[in-house]
Amino acid sequence: MKIAIASGKGGTGKTTLSTNLAALLAEKEQVVLVDLDVEEPNSGLFISGELKHTEKKYKMIPEWDPTHCNLCGICQEVCNFNAVLKMGKNIMVFPELCHGCYACSELCPKNSLPMKEREMGELKAFKKGNLSFVESKLVIGEEQAVPLIKQTIDYVDSNFSEDTIKLYDSPPGTSCPVIEATKHTDFVILITETTPFGFHDLKLAVETIRELGKDFGVVINRYGIGDDSVETYCREEGIPVIGRIPNDRAVAEIYSKGELLYPRLPFIKKELEKIAAHVADIRKELSV
Amino acid sequence: MKIAFTTKGTDWDSPMDPRFGRTEYFFVYDEETEKVETFDNRAIEGEAHGAGPKTSQKLAELGAEVLITGNGPGGNAAAVLNQINVKVYTGAGEMTVREAYEAWKNGDLN
Repeated sequence: MKIAIASGKGGTGKTTLSTNLAALLAEKEQVVLVDLDVEEPNSGLFISGELKHTEKKYKMIPEWDPTHCNLCGICQEVCNFNAVLKMGKNIMVFPELCHGCYACSELCPKNSLPMKEREMGELKAFKKGNLSFVESKLVIGEEQAVPLIKQTIDYVDSNFSEDTIKLYDSPPGTSCPVIEATKHTDFVILITETTPFGFHDLKLAVETIRELGKDFGVVINRYGIGDDSVETYCREEGIPVIGRIPNDRAVAEIYSKGELLYPRLPFIKKELEKIAAHVADIRKELSV
Repeated sequence: MKIAFTTKGTDWDSPMDPRFGRTEYFFVYDEETEKVETFDNRAIEGEAHGAGPKTSQKLAELGAEVLITGNGPGGNAAAVLNQINVKVYTGAGEMTVREAYEAWKNGDLN
Protein backbone atom coordinates (compact mmCIF):
# COMPACT_ATOMS: atom_id res chain seq x y z
CA MET A 1 0.00 0.00 0.00
CA LYS A 2 1.15 3.49 -0.86
CA ILE A 3 0.35 6.40 1.45
CA ALA A 4 1.41 10.00 0.89
CA ILE A 5 1.69 12.43 3.78
CA ALA A 6 1.12 15.92 2.46
CA SER A 7 -0.03 19.33 3.63
CA GLY A 8 -0.70 22.66 2.01
CA LYS A 9 1.22 24.72 4.49
CA GLY A 10 4.78 23.84 5.38
CA GLY A 11 5.74 23.08 8.96
CA THR A 12 2.47 21.41 9.95
CA GLY A 13 4.04 18.08 10.85
CA LYS A 14 4.50 15.98 7.70
CA THR A 15 7.90 14.71 8.78
CA THR A 16 6.84 14.19 12.40
CA LEU A 17 3.88 12.09 11.30
CA SER A 18 5.78 10.27 8.52
CA THR A 19 8.69 9.20 10.69
CA ASN A 20 6.64 8.21 13.74
CA LEU A 21 3.98 6.38 11.76
CA ALA A 22 6.63 4.55 9.71
CA ALA A 23 8.51 3.43 12.83
CA LEU A 24 5.32 2.34 14.56
CA LEU A 25 4.08 0.33 11.57
CA ALA A 26 7.54 -1.22 11.22
CA GLU A 27 7.16 -2.81 14.64
CA LYS A 28 4.83 -5.27 12.92
CA GLU A 29 5.65 -5.35 9.22
CA GLN A 30 7.92 -4.27 6.39
CA VAL A 31 7.77 -0.52 5.82
CA VAL A 32 9.65 1.86 3.55
CA LEU A 33 9.61 5.55 4.31
CA VAL A 34 10.44 7.71 1.28
CA ASP A 35 11.38 11.35 1.71
CA LEU A 36 10.19 13.06 -1.48
CA ASP A 37 10.83 16.58 -0.23
CA VAL A 38 13.95 16.52 -2.39
CA GLU A 39 14.63 20.23 -1.98
CA GLU A 40 15.23 19.73 1.72
CA PRO A 41 14.74 16.17 2.90
CA ASN A 42 14.71 15.94 6.70
CA SER A 43 13.07 12.64 7.65
CA GLY A 44 16.61 11.30 7.93
CA LEU A 45 17.13 13.42 11.04
CA PHE A 46 14.74 11.12 12.89
CA ILE A 47 15.46 7.78 11.25
CA SER A 48 18.77 6.06 11.74
CA GLY A 49 19.82 3.00 9.81
CA GLU A 50 22.60 1.39 7.90
CA LEU A 51 23.39 2.98 4.54
CA LYS A 52 22.68 0.27 1.96
CA HIS A 53 22.78 2.07 -1.35
CA THR A 54 23.75 5.38 -2.93
CA GLU A 55 23.25 6.42 -6.52
CA LYS A 56 23.57 9.62 -8.48
CA LYS A 57 20.48 10.70 -10.41
CA TYR A 58 20.62 12.35 -13.81
CA LYS A 59 18.27 14.18 -16.09
CA MET A 60 18.72 14.59 -19.82
CA ILE A 61 19.15 18.05 -21.27
CA PRO A 62 20.18 19.24 -24.75
CA GLU A 63 23.61 20.63 -25.46
CA TRP A 64 24.12 22.83 -28.51
CA ASP A 65 26.61 21.62 -31.09
CA PRO A 66 27.11 24.51 -33.56
CA THR A 67 28.92 22.42 -36.22
CA HIS A 68 25.92 21.82 -38.51
CA CYS A 69 23.35 24.19 -36.96
CA ASN A 70 21.66 26.40 -39.56
CA LEU A 71 19.97 28.60 -36.90
CA CYS A 72 16.48 27.71 -38.17
CA GLY A 73 15.00 28.36 -34.71
CA ILE A 74 12.70 25.31 -34.60
CA CYS A 75 14.20 24.43 -31.23
CA GLN A 76 13.02 27.61 -29.54
CA GLU A 77 9.59 27.39 -31.18
CA VAL A 78 8.90 23.90 -29.83
CA CYS A 79 10.13 24.58 -26.30
CA ASN A 80 7.23 25.25 -23.91
CA PHE A 81 9.54 26.41 -21.15
CA ASN A 82 11.75 28.99 -22.89
CA ALA A 83 14.70 26.76 -22.09
CA VAL A 84 16.17 27.09 -25.61
CA LEU A 85 16.64 30.51 -27.18
CA LYS A 86 18.17 31.68 -30.41
CA MET A 87 20.24 34.76 -29.69
CA GLY A 88 21.85 36.12 -32.85
CA LYS A 89 24.14 33.38 -34.12
CA ASN A 90 23.98 31.38 -30.89
CA ILE A 91 21.56 28.87 -29.41
CA MET A 92 21.40 29.24 -25.63
CA VAL A 93 20.17 26.37 -23.45
CA PHE A 94 18.97 27.00 -19.88
CA PRO A 95 19.39 23.65 -18.14
CA GLU A 96 17.41 24.66 -15.05
CA LEU A 97 14.38 25.50 -17.19
CA CYS A 98 14.60 22.35 -19.33
CA HIS A 99 12.00 19.67 -18.56
CA GLY A 100 13.90 17.03 -20.53
CA CYS A 101 11.11 16.45 -23.07
CA TYR A 102 13.50 15.89 -26.04
CA ALA A 103 11.33 18.02 -28.40
CA CYS A 104 14.12 20.38 -29.50
CA SER A 105 16.59 17.55 -29.82
CA GLU A 106 14.29 15.25 -31.81
CA LEU A 107 12.89 17.96 -34.09
CA CYS A 108 16.22 19.60 -34.90
CA PRO A 109 16.81 18.92 -38.64
CA LYS A 110 20.58 19.09 -38.19
CA ASN A 111 20.89 17.03 -34.98
CA SER A 112 22.54 20.00 -33.34
CA LEU A 113 20.99 19.50 -29.90
CA PRO A 114 22.08 16.07 -28.68
CA MET A 115 20.78 15.16 -25.21
CA LYS A 116 23.40 14.89 -22.48
CA GLU A 117 23.24 13.62 -18.91
CA ARG A 118 23.24 16.22 -16.17
CA GLU A 119 23.51 15.29 -12.52
CA MET A 120 20.47 16.54 -10.62
CA GLY A 121 20.71 14.79 -7.27
CA GLU A 122 21.55 11.77 -5.18
CA LEU A 123 19.45 8.95 -3.80
CA LYS A 124 20.31 7.09 -0.59
CA ALA A 125 18.71 4.00 0.90
CA PHE A 126 19.03 2.93 4.54
CA LYS A 127 17.70 -0.02 6.53
CA LYS A 128 17.15 -0.83 10.18
CA GLY A 129 15.09 -3.91 11.03
CA ASN A 130 11.74 -3.78 9.24
CA LEU A 131 12.13 -0.12 8.40
CA SER A 132 13.76 0.98 5.18
CA PHE A 133 14.34 4.62 4.43
CA VAL A 134 14.93 6.20 1.02
CA GLU A 135 15.74 9.84 0.45
CA SER A 136 16.81 11.94 -2.51
CA LYS A 137 18.37 15.35 -2.48
CA LEU A 138 18.65 17.85 -5.34
CA VAL A 139 22.05 19.36 -6.07
CA ILE A 140 22.31 23.01 -5.12
CA GLY A 141 21.05 25.30 -7.89
CA GLU A 142 18.83 22.66 -9.51
CA GLU A 143 15.34 24.16 -9.79
CA GLN A 144 13.16 21.21 -10.69
CA ALA A 145 12.10 18.72 -8.08
CA VAL A 146 9.72 16.68 -10.23
CA PRO A 147 12.21 14.60 -12.27
CA LEU A 148 14.05 13.54 -9.10
CA ILE A 149 10.80 12.76 -7.27
CA LYS A 150 9.71 10.61 -10.22
CA GLN A 151 13.00 8.69 -10.33
CA THR A 152 12.87 8.16 -6.56
CA ILE A 153 9.36 6.70 -6.79
CA ASP A 154 10.54 4.44 -9.64
CA TYR A 155 13.46 3.25 -7.49
CA VAL A 156 11.11 2.34 -4.64
CA ASP A 157 8.70 0.57 -7.03
CA SER A 158 11.43 -1.62 -8.42
CA ASN A 159 13.26 -2.34 -5.13
CA PHE A 160 10.45 -3.07 -2.68
CA SER A 161 7.81 -5.78 -2.81
CA GLU A 162 4.10 -5.12 -3.35
CA ASP A 163 3.22 -5.97 0.24
CA THR A 164 5.66 -3.48 1.76
CA ILE A 165 3.86 -0.47 3.23
CA LYS A 166 5.19 2.60 1.46
CA LEU A 167 4.97 5.99 3.14
CA TYR A 168 5.86 9.07 1.11
CA ASP A 169 6.79 12.23 3.00
CA SER A 170 5.76 14.84 0.39
CA PRO A 171 6.97 18.37 -0.25
CA PRO A 172 4.79 21.22 1.03
CA GLY A 173 2.49 23.28 -1.18
CA THR A 174 0.07 22.30 -3.94
CA SER A 175 2.19 22.58 -7.09
CA CYS A 176 3.87 20.07 -9.44
CA PRO A 177 6.19 18.41 -6.86
CA VAL A 178 3.25 17.60 -4.56
CA ILE A 179 1.20 16.25 -7.43
CA GLU A 180 4.09 14.03 -8.54
CA ALA A 181 4.54 12.79 -4.96
CA THR A 182 0.86 11.98 -4.38
CA LYS A 183 -0.68 10.98 -7.71
CA HIS A 184 0.64 7.39 -7.64
CA THR A 185 -0.58 6.60 -4.11
CA ASP A 186 -3.63 4.76 -2.73
CA PHE A 187 -4.32 7.17 0.11
CA VAL A 188 -3.27 10.68 1.11
CA ILE A 189 -3.01 11.96 4.68
CA LEU A 190 -3.27 15.75 4.81
CA ILE A 191 -1.80 17.10 7.99
CA THR A 192 -2.75 20.58 9.13
CA GLU A 193 -2.98 22.83 12.13
CA THR A 194 -5.95 24.91 13.26
CA THR A 195 -4.39 28.27 12.55
CA PRO A 196 -5.69 30.64 9.83
CA PHE A 197 -2.70 29.77 7.61
CA GLY A 198 -3.08 26.06 8.25
CA PHE A 199 -6.79 26.16 7.50
CA HIS A 200 -6.37 28.28 4.37
CA ASP A 201 -3.71 25.98 2.89
CA LEU A 202 -5.61 22.84 3.90
CA LYS A 203 -8.49 23.95 1.67
CA LEU A 204 -6.08 24.35 -1.26
CA ALA A 205 -4.60 20.93 -0.56
CA VAL A 206 -8.08 19.36 -0.41
CA GLU A 207 -8.96 20.90 -3.79
CA THR A 208 -5.74 19.52 -5.27
CA ILE A 209 -6.19 16.00 -3.91
CA ARG A 210 -9.85 15.94 -4.97
CA GLU A 211 -8.81 16.96 -8.48
CA LEU A 212 -6.48 13.94 -8.48
CA GLY A 213 -9.41 11.77 -7.40
CA LYS A 214 -7.58 10.40 -4.36
CA ASP A 215 -9.05 9.01 -1.17
CA PHE A 216 -7.77 11.11 1.73
CA GLY A 217 -8.14 11.94 5.41
CA VAL A 218 -7.03 14.78 7.64
CA VAL A 219 -4.79 14.74 10.70
CA ILE A 220 -4.91 17.82 12.91
CA ASN A 221 -1.58 18.64 14.49
CA ARG A 222 -1.03 20.95 17.47
CA TYR A 223 -4.60 20.11 18.37
CA GLY A 224 -5.96 22.52 20.96
CA ILE A 225 -4.56 25.76 19.59
CA GLY A 226 -6.47 28.11 17.28
CA ASP A 227 -10.17 27.48 16.75
CA ASP A 228 -12.51 24.76 15.48
CA SER A 229 -12.58 25.99 11.85
CA VAL A 230 -10.76 22.91 10.53
CA GLU A 231 -13.06 20.48 12.36
CA THR A 232 -16.16 22.33 11.19
CA TYR A 233 -14.89 22.44 7.61
CA CYS A 234 -14.05 18.72 7.57
CA ARG A 235 -17.46 17.83 9.00
CA GLU A 236 -19.28 19.96 6.43
CA GLU A 237 -17.18 18.58 3.58
CA GLY A 238 -17.51 14.99 4.75
CA ILE A 239 -13.74 14.58 5.18
CA PRO A 240 -12.69 12.10 7.89
CA VAL A 241 -10.44 13.51 10.62
CA ILE A 242 -8.35 10.42 11.27
CA GLY A 243 -6.11 11.76 14.04
CA ARG A 244 -5.60 14.66 16.42
CA ILE A 245 -2.07 15.22 17.72
CA PRO A 246 -2.27 17.37 20.86
CA ASN A 247 -0.26 20.55 21.23
CA ASP A 248 2.22 19.75 23.97
CA ARG A 249 5.57 21.18 24.99
CA ALA A 250 7.03 17.68 25.37
CA VAL A 251 6.43 17.08 21.64
CA ALA A 252 8.53 20.11 20.73
CA GLU A 253 11.28 19.17 23.17
CA ILE A 254 11.65 15.61 21.89
CA TYR A 255 11.33 16.69 18.25
CA SER A 256 14.06 19.31 18.71
CA LYS A 257 16.44 16.55 19.79
CA GLY A 258 15.72 14.60 16.60
CA GLU A 259 14.00 11.76 18.44
CA LEU A 260 10.80 9.86 17.70
CA LEU A 261 7.81 10.89 19.81
CA TYR A 262 5.66 7.83 20.30
CA PRO A 263 8.13 5.66 22.28
CA ARG A 264 8.12 8.32 25.00
CA LEU A 265 4.66 9.87 24.73
CA PRO A 266 1.75 7.45 25.15
CA PHE A 267 -0.83 10.02 23.98
CA ILE A 268 1.04 10.29 20.67
CA LYS A 269 1.20 6.52 20.32
CA LYS A 270 -2.57 6.34 20.87
CA GLU A 271 -3.25 8.83 18.05
CA LEU A 272 -0.80 7.09 15.72
CA GLU A 273 -2.57 3.79 16.38
CA LYS A 274 -5.88 5.41 15.39
CA ILE A 275 -4.31 6.63 12.16
CA ALA A 276 -2.78 3.20 11.57
CA ALA A 277 -6.19 1.57 12.14
CA HIS A 278 -7.79 3.87 9.58
CA VAL A 279 -5.04 3.06 7.09
CA ALA A 280 -5.47 -0.66 7.78
CA ASP A 281 -9.21 -0.39 7.02
CA ILE A 282 -8.51 1.27 3.70
CA ARG A 283 -5.90 -1.32 2.93
CA LYS A 284 -8.42 -4.05 3.53
CA GLU A 285 -10.99 -2.31 1.29
CA LEU A 286 -8.48 -1.90 -1.53
CA SER A 287 -6.71 -5.18 -0.76
CA VAL A 288 -3.29 -3.64 -1.45
CA MET B 1 22.34 55.16 -27.55
CA LYS B 2 19.11 53.26 -26.91
CA ILE B 3 18.02 53.01 -23.30
CA ALA B 4 15.31 50.54 -22.22
CA PHE B 5 13.21 50.97 -19.08
CA THR B 6 10.95 48.34 -17.49
CA THR B 7 7.66 50.18 -16.99
CA LYS B 8 4.00 49.88 -16.06
CA GLY B 9 2.92 52.34 -18.78
CA THR B 10 3.94 53.95 -22.05
CA ASP B 11 4.88 57.56 -21.25
CA TRP B 12 7.58 59.46 -19.38
CA ASP B 13 5.40 59.82 -16.27
CA SER B 14 4.55 56.13 -16.04
CA PRO B 15 5.79 54.28 -12.97
CA MET B 16 8.69 51.91 -13.44
CA ASP B 17 8.01 48.18 -13.18
CA PRO B 18 10.56 46.85 -10.68
CA ARG B 19 10.48 43.41 -12.32
CA PHE B 20 12.55 42.53 -15.36
CA GLY B 21 11.31 39.19 -16.72
CA ARG B 22 7.65 39.95 -16.09
CA THR B 23 7.73 43.68 -16.78
CA GLU B 24 4.49 44.98 -18.29
CA TYR B 25 6.18 47.23 -20.87
CA PHE B 26 9.51 48.26 -22.26
CA PHE B 27 9.93 51.98 -22.81
CA VAL B 28 12.88 52.51 -25.15
CA TYR B 29 14.38 55.97 -25.54
CA ASP B 30 16.84 56.66 -28.36
CA GLU B 31 19.08 59.51 -27.20
CA GLU B 32 20.29 60.33 -30.74
CA THR B 33 16.90 60.63 -32.42
CA GLU B 34 15.03 61.53 -29.17
CA LYS B 35 12.38 59.03 -30.26
CA VAL B 36 10.47 56.77 -27.89
CA GLU B 37 9.37 53.25 -28.74
CA THR B 38 7.30 51.08 -26.40
CA PHE B 39 6.69 47.35 -26.32
CA ASP B 40 3.75 45.66 -24.60
CA ASN B 41 5.20 42.65 -22.78
CA ARG B 42 2.05 41.69 -20.86
CA ALA B 43 1.65 38.43 -22.78
CA ILE B 44 4.51 37.14 -20.59
CA GLU B 45 1.95 36.54 -17.81
CA GLY B 46 0.90 33.44 -19.75
CA GLU B 47 4.40 31.96 -19.55
CA ALA B 48 4.82 29.77 -16.48
CA HIS B 49 8.55 29.27 -17.02
CA GLY B 50 11.44 31.14 -18.52
CA ALA B 51 10.09 34.70 -18.47
CA GLY B 52 13.62 36.05 -17.92
CA PRO B 53 15.27 34.60 -21.05
CA LYS B 54 12.18 35.35 -23.17
CA THR B 55 12.05 38.99 -22.12
CA SER B 56 15.82 39.28 -22.60
CA GLN B 57 15.41 38.06 -26.14
CA LYS B 58 12.80 40.77 -26.73
CA LEU B 59 15.16 43.37 -25.32
CA ALA B 60 17.83 42.22 -27.78
CA GLU B 61 15.39 42.68 -30.66
CA LEU B 62 14.63 46.21 -29.48
CA GLY B 63 18.35 46.94 -29.77
CA ALA B 64 18.85 48.57 -26.38
CA GLU B 65 22.37 48.97 -25.04
CA VAL B 66 21.35 50.06 -21.54
CA LEU B 67 18.65 48.58 -19.32
CA ILE B 68 17.23 50.52 -16.39
CA THR B 69 15.05 48.48 -14.05
CA GLY B 70 14.18 47.89 -10.39
CA ASN B 71 15.24 44.63 -8.81
CA GLY B 72 17.51 43.39 -11.54
CA PRO B 73 17.34 40.30 -13.74
CA GLY B 74 17.71 36.78 -12.38
CA GLY B 75 20.43 34.34 -13.35
CA ASN B 76 18.99 33.08 -16.65
CA ALA B 77 18.13 36.58 -17.88
CA ALA B 78 21.53 37.88 -16.77
CA ALA B 79 23.22 35.19 -18.86
CA VAL B 80 21.41 36.44 -21.97
CA LEU B 81 21.97 40.13 -21.21
CA ASN B 82 25.63 39.43 -20.68
CA GLN B 83 25.84 37.73 -24.05
CA ILE B 84 24.26 40.67 -25.88
CA ASN B 85 26.33 43.22 -23.94
CA VAL B 86 23.46 45.13 -22.37
CA LYS B 87 24.54 47.24 -19.39
CA VAL B 88 22.12 46.82 -16.49
CA TYR B 89 21.28 49.51 -13.93
CA THR B 90 18.99 48.65 -11.00
CA GLY B 91 17.33 50.47 -8.13
CA ALA B 92 14.80 52.51 -10.12
CA GLY B 93 11.76 50.40 -9.16
CA GLU B 94 9.99 53.13 -7.21
CA MET B 95 10.51 55.95 -9.74
CA THR B 96 8.73 57.25 -12.83
CA VAL B 97 10.48 56.76 -16.17
CA ARG B 98 11.55 60.43 -16.21
CA GLU B 99 12.97 60.21 -12.68
CA ALA B 100 14.77 56.98 -13.54
CA TYR B 101 16.35 58.59 -16.61
CA GLU B 102 17.52 61.60 -14.59
CA ALA B 103 18.86 59.34 -11.83
CA TRP B 104 20.77 57.29 -14.39
CA LYS B 105 22.26 60.42 -16.03
CA ASN B 106 23.33 61.66 -12.58
CA GLY B 107 25.04 58.34 -11.93
CA ASP B 108 22.71 57.50 -9.03
CA LEU B 109 21.88 53.99 -10.23
CA ASN B 110 24.11 50.95 -9.92
